[in-house]
Amino acid sequence: MTILNSSDEIKKEGDDLINHHEDFRIFGLIIFLIADGMTFAGFFAAYLTYKAVNPLPEGSLYELELAIPTLNTILLLISSATFHKAGKALINQKNDISQKWLLITASLGITFLICQLFEYFNLPFGLTDNLFASTFYALTGFHGLHVTLGTLMILIISWQTRINGGRITYKNMFPLEAVELYWHFVDGIWVILFIILYLY
Amino acid sequence: MTILIDNKAKLKESLQPKGFLRYFSFSLDHKVIGIQYLVCGFLFYLVGGTLASAIRIELISPLSDFLPRDVYNQVLTLHGTIMIFLWIVPVVNGAFGNYLIPFYVGARDMAFPRLNAVAFWLIPPSGLMLIASYFIEGAAQSGWTAYPPLSITTPQSGQIIWILSVLLLGGSSIFGGINFIVTILKLRRPGLKLMNLPMYCWAMLGTSILVVLSTPVLAGTLILLSFDIVAHTGFFNPALGGNVVVYQHLFWFYSHPAVYIMVLPAFGLVSEILPIHCRKPLFGYTTMVFSIMGIVVLGLVVWAHHMFTSGTPPWMRLFFTIATAFIAVPTGIKFFNWVATMWGGKISLNSAMLFSCGFIINFVFGGITGVALAQVPFDIHVHDTYFVVAHFHYIVYGGSVFVIFSSIYHWYPKVVGKLLNENLGYLHFALTFIGFNLCFAPQHWLGLNGMPRRVAEYDPQFQFVNQISSLGALFMAISTIPFLINIIISIKKGEIAGNNPWKGLNPRMVNDFSSSCRKLGRRGSISK
Repeated sequence: MTILNSSDEIKKEGDDLINHHEDFRIFGLIIFLIADGMTFAGFFAAYLTYKAVNPLPEGSLYELELAIPTLNTILLLISSATFHKAGKALINQKNDISQKWLLITASLGITFLICQLFEYFNLPFGLTDNLFASTFYALTGFHGLHVTLGTLMILIISWQTRINGGRITYKNMFPLEAVELYWHFVDGIWVILFIILYLY
Repeated sequence: MTILIDNKAKLKESLQPKGFLRYFSFSLDHKVIGIQYLVCGFLFYLVGGTLASAIRIELISPLSDFLPRDVYNQVLTLHGTIMIFLWIVPVVNGAFGNYLIPFYVGARDMAFPRLNAVAFWLIPPSGLMLIASYFIEGAAQSGWTAYPPLSITTPQSGQIIWILSVLLLGGSSIFGGINFIVTILKLRRPGLKLMNLPMYCWAMLGTSILVVLSTPVLAGTLILLSFDIVAHTGFFNPALGGNVVVYQHLFWFYSHPAVYIMVLPAFGLVSEILPIHCRKPLFGYTTMVFSIMGIVVLGLVVWAHHMFTSGTPPWMRLFFTIATAFIAVPTGIKFFNWVATMWGGKISLNSAMLFSCGFIINFVFGGITGVALAQVPFDIHVHDTYFVVAHFHYIVYGGSVFVIFSSIYHWYPKVVGKLLNENLGYLHFALTFIGFNLCFAPQHWLGLNGMPRRVAEYDPQFQFVNQISSLGALFMAISTIPFLINIIISIKKGEIAGNNPWKGLNPRMVNDFSSSCRKLGRRGSISK
C-alpha cells in the first residue's frame, strides 16, 4: 500500500533507493570524455581534410622532427603505467607509496610539457605561416592544454592522498579513479595524434 | 555517520533561500532549475520575438527604409541565435527535462545537481553577452551560421563575443546532456525497465546522445574560427590557403543534429500530452522508441544536405539525399502513432490539446517540405531562398514552440497548483496558429519564385505577399499578450488545480501528468 504513504515516508524510501544505486560518477565522466573526444575528432577531421584537399603553397615549411614527439609518446605511456601503480598502491592502503607514484606521474607530465615547448621553439614555422602550421599548433596546443589540466589535477590529488588527513583513501577512491581515467584518455589521444600528425 | 550526513544536508537545505527568492539563487533543486530555465528562456523569446518583428516591419516595403542594411543583418543574426540557443534548446531540453525527468525515472533529483545548476547559470550571462555584442562596433552579422569568410572579414569585435557566448551555451548544453544520460540510465528506481520509461525520457536520452556527440564539434569549430579572427590564422580564410567548406561541414555536423535536439524533446512531450487528453494509452510504444533511436543515428549522418550548393561531390550528394529521405520513415512512424493515439479517443479539446494538434498539422507540413528539400535538384533551385526559411520555421516554430506552449498549458497546474483560463488559452492558440500560418505559408511561394533570404531589399513584385506575411507576424506578436495576461490572472486568482486536473489515470500525483507507458498504472507506484 505504498500509494498511501505520506510524503515523508516516500522521501525516506527514495533515500534508500538512491543509496542502492551504484556509483554513477565514473559513468558521467566517461560521457564527458566521449564529448571531449568528439572535439578532438572534429580537429582531426579538419586536419585530414586539409591534407587531402588543400595543397600547401610552394616553399611552405612543414617538416617535423620525430625525436622529441617519440620521446613524448614514451613519457606519456610510462606515466599511464605509473598512475596505474598509484591506484594499485592505494587499494593496498599504502598512501605514501601511492603519493610517490602520483608525483612521478606529475613530473612525467611536466617533462612532457617542457619537451613540447622545446619543440615549439625549435620548429621552423610559426602559427600563421601556413595551414599545416596552424592546424599543427591548434591540435598539439589543445592536447597540451589537456595535459596541463591533468598535471594540475594529479598534483592536487597527490596532496589529497597524504597519510594524515587526506580525503582520498582506499574507501574514497573516486577522485583518483576519475583523474586516472582522464589521464589515460589524454594519453590515448596523444597516441592517435602522434600517428596522424607525425607518422601519417 | 549517516546522522552526520543528514545534519549536513539539513544545514545545506536551511541555507538555501526560500520562497520566491530561490528562483534567483544557485539552487540545486531540479524543479527550481526547471522553472529557471523556462522563465529565462521565455524572456529571451520575447527579445527574439521583438527582433523578428523588426525584420517583418522592414520587409513590409521592398526598400531598406526601416533598418539600414547592416543593422538588418545584425538583427537577423541575433534573432536566429537567441531563438535557437537561448529559447528552444534550453526550454525543450533544460526546462521540461529538469522538471519532469527525475519524476519520471523515480529519482529524488538529477544525477549531478551542482553540474545542473552550473549548466543553467551559464545561460543568463552568455545570453546577456550575446545581446550586448549587438551594441558593440562590428556586431555579428553573418547569420546564426557565422559562415566565413563573412564572419572573419567584416569588423569582428561583436563576432568574437558572439562566438564566446555560443561556446558557453554549448558548454551548458553538454553539461545538461551528461546529466540527462546518467539520470535516465543510472537513476531509475529499481524495477523500472527501459522499455517502461515514459516516452519523454526516451526522447531526452536520444537528444542528450546527440548533444554529447555533436556539440563539442561545434565548440572546436568555433575555437578555430576565433583563431582566424584574433590570431589571423587561415583555417577558414581562402586568402590564406584555408577552406571554407570545412567550416560548413563541421558546423552542420552540429547544427543538423541541433534540429533534432530542438524537435526530439518536443516529440517526447507531445507523446506525454496526447494520451492524457485523448484518454488512450500511447499507440505503438515500441515503434516510437525505435523511431527515436533511428532518428538519432540517421540525424548524425545527414548534415551535408545543407551544403548541396557548396561544391559537394556527386557521391556525397547521393549519400546525403538518401540518408535524409530515410529520416522521413521514423518521423512518419511517429506521426501516424500520434494520429492513431487520437483515433477513437475521447478527445478534450483544451488549450494544451489544441496546441498539440496544431503541432501535428504544422509539423507534417514542415516535414513534407523537408523531404522535398532533401532532393538535390529542388534544393539547388530554392537554396538560400524564403522556401528554406518557411521550412525551418514550420519545424522549429510550428513544431517545437507549439509543443512548448502545449506543455506549459499541460504542466502549469502541476507546477503552480492553479488552472489557466481556457478562453484566453483558446484566444492564444487561435492567434498563434492563424498568425503563424499566415506568416510562413506565403513564404513558400516567395522562395519558389526566387526571393533570397537574409536580404533587406527585394523585388517589388513580392511586396503584397510579404505584407501578408508581416500581418501574420503581427498576429503572432499579439498572441503573446493573452498568454501573459493568462499567467498573471491565474497566479493572482486562478482556480485551484487539485491533484489531478486532467483526470489522468495514474494514482500518484507525480505521475498524473504522464501516461505514455505501455501499461497504465504499472509505472505509477513503487509496487511491492
